Amino acid sequence: MKYRIFLSSVAVAASLAGSVAFSDANQSEASLKAAVTARQSQMKLYAFNIGLLGGMAKGEIEYDAAAASAAAGNLAALTRTNQSRMWPMGSDNGALGDATRALPAIWQEGSTTMAKGMAFGEAAAAMEAAAGQGLDELRAAIGPLGGACTACHKEYRQPEN
Amino acid sequence: MKKLIRLLIVLAALGAAVGWWLSRPQLVADDLMVGLTGDATRGEPLFWAGSCASCHAAPGAVDEARLVLSGGYRIESPFGTFVTPNISPSPQGIGGWTATDLANALLAGVSPEGQHYYPALPYTSYRRMTPQDVVDLKAFMDTLPASDVASAPHEVGFPFSLRRGLGLWKQLNMSPDWVMTDPGDDQITRGRYLVEAVAHCGECHTPRDAIGGLSRDLWLTGAPNPSGKGKIPAITPDQLDWSAVDIAYYLETGFTPEFDSAGGSMASVIQGTAKLPPEDRAAIAAYLKALP
Repeated sequence: MKYRIFLSSVAVAASLAGSVAFSDANQSEASLKAAVTARQSQMKLYAFNIGLLGGMAKGEIEYDAAAASAAAGNLAALTRTNQSRMWPMGSDNGALGDATRALPAIWQEGSTTMAKGMAFGEAAAAMEAAAGQGLDELRAAIGPLGGACTACHKEYRQPEN
Repeated sequence: MKKLIRLLIVLAALGAAVGWWLSRPQLVADDLMVGLTGDATRGEPLFWAGSCASCHAAPGAVDEARLVLSGGYRIESPFGTFVTPNISPSPQGIGGWTATDLANALLAGVSPEGQHYYPALPYTSYRRMTPQDVVDLKAFMDTLPASDVASAPHEVGFPFSLRRGLGLWKQLNMSPDWVMTDPGDDQITRGRYLVEAVAHCGECHTPRDAIGGLSRDLWLTGAPNPSGKGKIPAITPDQLDWSAVDIAYYLETGFTPEFDSAGGSMASVIQGTAKLPPEDRAAIAAYLKALP
């Protein structure tokens, strides 16, 4: 369990560190937009899996330990994928306009996105451990998961119009 | 002719006197808080529902640091930029305030020195709080860490820098009335108290008129975002088709029905509502669903 959290933290840190390392000023707008599409797809996959867990937590979907475990496992696996190419420098809403709501602060000095990404990975790993244990365990794990999403969206995503 | 001039001077003086009188800071009744004892345990959910930390914690503070109410958050408005003050229990904050001082701030919008506060402090909503809740809130705030950060001055230009004028603004905007006049059951009544008073949802979700007063006839129908581009959404039933369960769940976890998450200023609000008892979140949802 601890090891899992450690692993996912390392993966997220590595992928975010990678995004700085790989970024170069010569990316075409098409490739920047492809990165935006990819990371938005990644977010949709998070939402798809959290949707099942949240539906169970809300009481809208009947709790099923196997299905919950599978969704939570997917989510945790997704947080461990290397996302470095999805977050190239210059793919913010200042540069790309309406294509993205990602704020330039993500890439600026003092950005806390890396720590927040790691916290999300930890919350997903905790959910992976909890989801199959029972509905109460799942419910207890979903609050921190939502908190992790919100923490980053609060500071680094432009609110919707 | 001389008579006319004399009459005009008298009328002008009279007008000024009436304006001066109308704009005077009006305090709560002297005995409002007499005999009330604060309970910090009861005050804590009020602190979170009221989102005090959203504006009074240092910008960027997370977790436990949000309990250090050193201020410094900048509220942009068409009238200037308001910088939230230190409201921690220290000499730089509100240490030494009496319960009546806090009641005057929250219910009357007047400082212990007898000056009007700017309505960036949402006292047009807080004024509907019960005196018992004010004293409970104070009991909780007194338990928080002290910060010795000095409060920064507001950046507000003339004529809005003349606080006395706020007295006239208050004459127009300090309605004691509820927006929802007939809440029906106890749950919606509780929701009304939270939405219209403590949680002051209308301060962002209701549009304002030319002088910055809430357009109560457009209650919770959405408004331009004062802190940048974009719009604060309408949360009336005709615009927000979420179920009551969806709304309560959003206030608990930040997840929308599509399992996107809250962002922007609402994320701060949810950091507070997440700490409320479930029945309070359900009451807010019931109130919103009961809106016309």
